[in-house]
Amino acid sequence: MAVLTIRDALNQALREELLRDENVFVMGEEVAEYDGAYKVTRGLWKEFGDRRVVDTPITELGFAAVGVGAAMAGLRPVIEFMTWNFSILAADQIINHAAKMLYMSGGQFKVPIVFRGPNGSAYQVSSQHSQALEAFYANFPGLKVVMPSTAADAKGLLKSAIRDDNPIVFLEQERMYGNKGEVPDDDDFTIPLGVADVKREGTDCTIVARSMTVPLALQAAELIQKEFDVSVEVIDPRTIKPLDTETIINSVKKTNRLVIAEESHYFASVGAEISHTVMEHAFDYLDAPVKRISTAEAPNPYAKNLEALALPDVAKIVAAVKEVCYL
Amino acid sequence: MPKAATSSKTNTKTAKVSANGAGKTNGKVSEESEFTDFVEVEQAKVEYNERLISQIASIKKTDNQLLRDMLYQMVLGRRFEEKCAEVYRMGKIGGFCHLYIGQEAIGVGSMMALKPTDMVITSYRDHVQAMIKGLTPESVMAELYGKEGGCVGGKGGSMHMFSKEHEFYGGHGIVGGQIGIGTGMAYAAKYKGTDQVTLCFFGEAAVNQGIFHESLNMAQLWKLPCIFICENNQYGMGTSQARAMSSRSIAKKGDAYEMANEFVDGMDVMAVRDATLRAIARARKDGSPTLLEVRAYRYMGHSMSDPGNYRTRDEIKKYQERDPIVLFMDSLKEAKVFGDKDFEKIESQAAEAVAAAVKFADESPLPNESELFTHVYAD
Repeated sequence: MAVLTIRDALNQALREELLRDENVFVMGEEVAEYDGAYKVTRGLWKEFGDRRVVDTPITELGFAAVGVGAAMAGLRPVIEFMTWNFSILAADQIINHAAKMLYMSGGQFKVPIVFRGPNGSAYQVSSQHSQALEAFYANFPGLKVVMPSTAADAKGLLKSAIRDDNPIVFLEQERMYGNKGEVPDDDDFTIPLGVADVKREGTDCTIVARSMTVPLALQAAELIQKEFDVSVEVIDPRTIKPLDTETIINSVKKTNRLVIAEESHYFASVGAEISHTVMEHAFDYLDAPVKRISTAEAPNPYAKNLEALALPDVAKIVAAVKEVCYL
Repeated sequence: MPKAATSSKTNTKTAKVSANGAGKTNGKVSEESEFTDFVEVEQAKVEYNERLISQIASIKKTDNQLLRDMLYQMVLGRRFEEKCAEVYRMGKIGGFCHLYIGQEAIGVGSMMALKPTDMVITSYRDHVQAMIKGLTPESVMAELYGKEGGCVGGKGGSMHMFSKEHEFYGGHGIVGGQIGIGTGMAYAAKYKGTDQVTLCFFGEAAVNQGIFHESLNMAQLWKLPCIFICENNQYGMGTSQARAMSSRSIAKKGDAYEMANEFVDGMDVMAVRDATLRAIARARKDGSPTLLEVRAYRYMGHSMSDPGNYRTRDEIKKYQERDPIVLFMDSLKEAKVFGDKDFEKIESQAAEAVAAAVKFADESPLPNESELFTHVYAD
């Protein structure tokens, strides 16, 4: 096992898939000569050249559409959005076209495409650069939505996403690109989409976290363990759609308590969906109302103190666990 | 309902637009037309004769069987759409239904210049183009009926005809969305090194969408073998081009991207064919894209639910007097390629095909309820 940053794990996944399949190409703003705005594509243009690693104009709707058309015609594009905030310009292609093409064409035209890039907040980049869009994209049948939280997951899931025949919304997190973790050396290492991972086993309370909130939830779990001797299980669904509801429900049946920690806003979030699913399938097992920690119901602010107030953190998760455990 | 008779008159004060593209376009040319509402009777006659002369010149260079097939597809398209209007009013077709009547010369002139391996993508006004690309009238009509025998099994309806087998990449319902996808199809052809050309259709109203600019910029920047065909039927739903676009010429917008462009008379099937052949040659030679503005006129409303109150009967009539099918028949007759008997045969063959399509659609079962959840995701 090598220890890699999430950034380098993603880079390895891209490189290996470019080597593996001639139909894979990477396209986006600054992905080639500049080596990627966040260096996820570092070195790929030098190795693979103009044909496989393609700089685009700043034209999100346009290059998303080129990706969709190329995928319909048999290629496997990996389209990078410099941040997912900019994907909203391209949402017509992702939602109105990519997500529906297979269905509308009666199964004739697959769209094997990965849209990827950083999702959620960075460091003090204010309202237009800090949005977490998983709930938005997860609402549309036809799309798969993936959110890794570790280096190994990032690599294994991205490789699976590239090999998948469906349009994939692959959501990374800028704050996490430098996070390190062990990654299997095998260049055929993949992680299936739609399978949750238990990041920490526990018996008294379940936290479902994803992306940025996974490390926060793990820290919260350690603190609770030390202070209250309460054993917290942390589940990372890794794929938002399809969602591994079984792993979550089974965990709640064991612990009887659930906290959901997420970076998106509170209203109509993926956490709300999980909360409903648990209510529907494990109602009698719950010993406390489900608690959700999300980003505040305000556009993300710039000021450091306000931003900290808006985002989920360890203390907020600890408080939520204490609440559902009546501590 | 307009019928393509075998003779025509141009003795009224006709023609809204001086469609002066016929036979004059060559390479990177933009023809400009004026916005004047009426032209003189004498001028209209001159124009008609000019078109006839240029069509006959093109006809003489074209294989007779192809000419026959082209005329058949135009007549079939017209009769098919007339039948659609009829059965729509009977409630057999649901949802939106956008008819192609008046624009047949564009689809036939351009698509019948392609090889079967070339790719086509279009907007929601797609029934006739689907058939020109090779889909059967049966599979298109059954799709309109929302039946199992439809080309996409009843899941798409009027706006979403597709056929992978025929390289028909669909009718698309978001104005302009397919312009970017067509660009991507051309990107794939270039990437794979095939000689395929992509024909990408859109209406003039789509030109006002951002995707038009984004796509043409990339297509020229990357030299993608895409032919962008703007079917200028002069109305975006109920809004005329003059009320929606600051400039008159769409072809000239190509200059902004340094893209080859031509203005083409969309009532003249041979002019459309000749312009498309020039564009195909450019695309196959070095992958260069082309923007064609092909001006025609939509006889019917935007869709079946549009009574067309924004224009006068007179305006529609004037265009019907310059009907593309009538013009083509006149030219074929004048060139002594075909006569009335041939036309009658083509008419009856089209009528049979439409009747068979309706019968097939009527008899085809509704999709099985299990189909609701198939093709949401690829396995």
